Amino acid sequence: MVLLGESAVGKSSLVLRFVKGQFHEYQESTIGAAFLTQTVCLEEATVKFEIWDTAGQERYHSLAPMYYRGSQAAIVVYDITNQESFQKAKNWVKELQRQASPNIVIALAGNKADMANKRVVEYEEANAYAEENALLFMETSAKTSMNVNDVFMAIAKKLPVGPTQGQDSQGTVDMNQPQQQSKGSCCK
Amino acid sequence: MDEEYDAIVLGTGLKECIISGMLSVSGKKVLHIDRNNYYGGESASLTPLEQLYEKFHGPNGKPQPEMGRGRDWNVDLIPKFLMANGSMVKLLIHTGVTRYLEFKSIEASYVCKGGKIYKVPADEMEALATSLMGMFEKRRFKKFLCWVQQFDENKQDTWQGLDPHNNTMQQVYEKFGLDENTADFTGHALALFRDDEHKNQPFLQAVEKIRLYSDSLARYGKSPYLYPLYGLGELPQGFARLSAIYGGTYMLDKAVDEIVIENGKAVGVKCGEEIVKGKQIYCDPSYAKDKVKKTGQVVRAICLLNHPIPNTNDAQSCQIIIPQKQVGRHYDIYISCCSNTNMVTPKGWFLAMVSTTVETANPEAEVLPGLQLLGPITEKFISVSDVFEPTDLGSDSQIFISTSYDATTHFETTCKDVLNLFQRGTTQEFDFTKITHLSLQDNE
Repeated sequence: MVLLGESAVGKSSLVLRFVKGQFHEYQESTIGAAFLTQTVCLEEATVKFEIWDTAGQERYHSLAPMYYRGSQAAIVVYDITNQESFQKAKNWVKELQRQASPNIVIALAGNKADMANKRVVEYEEANAYAEENALLFMETSAKTSMNVNDVFMAIAKKLPVGPTQGQDSQGTVDMNQPQQQSKGSCCK
Repeated sequence: MDEEYDAIVLGTGLKECIISGMLSVSGKKVLHIDRNNYYGGESASLTPLEQLYEKFHGPNGKPQPEMGRGRDWNVDLIPKFLMANGSMVKLLIHTGVTRYLEFKSIEASYVCKGGKIYKVPADEMEALATSLMGMFEKRRFKKFLCWVQQFDENKQDTWQGLDPHNNTMQQVYEKFGLDENTADFTGHALALFRDDEHKNQPFLQAVEKIRLYSDSLARYGKSPYLYPLYGLGELPQGFARLSAIYGGTYMLDKAVDEIVIENGKAVGVKCGEEIVKGKQIYCDPSYAKDKVKKTGQVVRAICLLNHPIPNTNDAQSCQIIIPQKQVGRHYDIYISCCSNTNMVTPKGWFLAMVSTTVETANPEAEVLPGLQLLGPITEKFISVSDVFEPTDLGSDSQIFISTSYDATTHFETTCKDVLNLFQRGTTQEFDFTKITHLSLQDNE
């Protein structure tokens, strides 16, 4: 699963809240984070989230396509106090529809819902957009943890059941395995 | 952007992305720019297919409808495979970049002899059954391979009378009584030399290359080669991600007007009105045209096929080597083929690439012997690329330029160039222990 959205909308904060239950008011720009994992149990299945961070590559709109290519789910995040971040979120949704797997589950998250007094993106507007594009939609707050687990759970429920879906990775090799013993060398 | 960077890297080709990753990991503050709006430069895999048509035929070039969805195609511009036990794999493992990528073995490797193609034996059974050489020659060849396996430069008792400093590879072939065909097969299909010069060189390098081949083969069995799902363009993206994770800043779609030089030393780059300051510049030849010289040309033919290559037992991916002598050339011709199994084409389609080092005034004709092995070709795109190398090592100007990608079939020379570039730029060898994988990922 990947998180997309403009810089500073709270992508990393959402993940940190979800995975570690933490929140830092002054979370620094993401450096050094590759991905986080978290397992959630539903009634019918267990879902292991492998959540990739953008590593800041979105800052100048230079995110590599490999980042979202194999993903089965995406949360596109915007900041409800920042109109431009909502525009950017729409662009990301378009990009995902164009480039990602056709079965990808996309959720739109309006973050920083605790700052409703500074709100510029109306709930109804975002909700209508999400409905048009068949996206899950919630307003969230990584600070108060409002809807954070819910948005991940909602995604988990929408994922197809069964072993890892998506790309056909049959027959791929595991490079990190120690070298196989070469059997029957010619000198035996 | 008014900050100063330790290094500005120009171009997101594979070499530049690896260097960028290595510099970021070493604690340098890196800005990485590309004039294109996509990653990979020359080492990108073009997608969708429309992009390939546009590149070669202009805006009016369009694929045919039966070629399926454009985005199911990922077309490499430079064909290469990874040796399973080679330096690119080591670099990927050491840097942890493996976790962003998935690889498959290339199904088989073939060699051309007398106009026919033969499978390069992948195990003893195949070696016994091959019609590449006769029964007695096989025995001699086996003896030779045993010697290669146990040869140790530092242990004279393993040399069996052959001196790695004085004896040439030709003399080794003679000692083991191998005929010219076998020598041809060994030098070109196993050691992967592009021409015959190695025969007159001390044999050590050839022995090491044969070992690289057999160790690579031993790793996954079918062939010594690996290839990433979705094409080679994933490699630069993977290393760029490494760089970003360690703090590298990325800007695509940014035109670079010039490298700014003061007192003979690079101080930054000019992009439109702004100047970004940087202590060092690392770039591919296209960003420093006045500091490189042309050393040759490579011709590459990208072919779209709706069938596997004939006589390869319907291999979904393979390599075919046409040794130079077979077609009266100085350099070998290489064919690489990938398909839907590698996630680079829609089902039923194959991408074959024929390439060689240019040695005549008519490069297109030079790939003909390769094209003739492919069967009916639905579409063909031919490119001739200049190969550049830097005119100096960059220690004065602090501009460190990579060489263009050569015609070799694998990434060994690519890695060598990158490690050399890093060494020139930092005056240190790259320290792999700097990669700590400190990330949030270690949250139990």
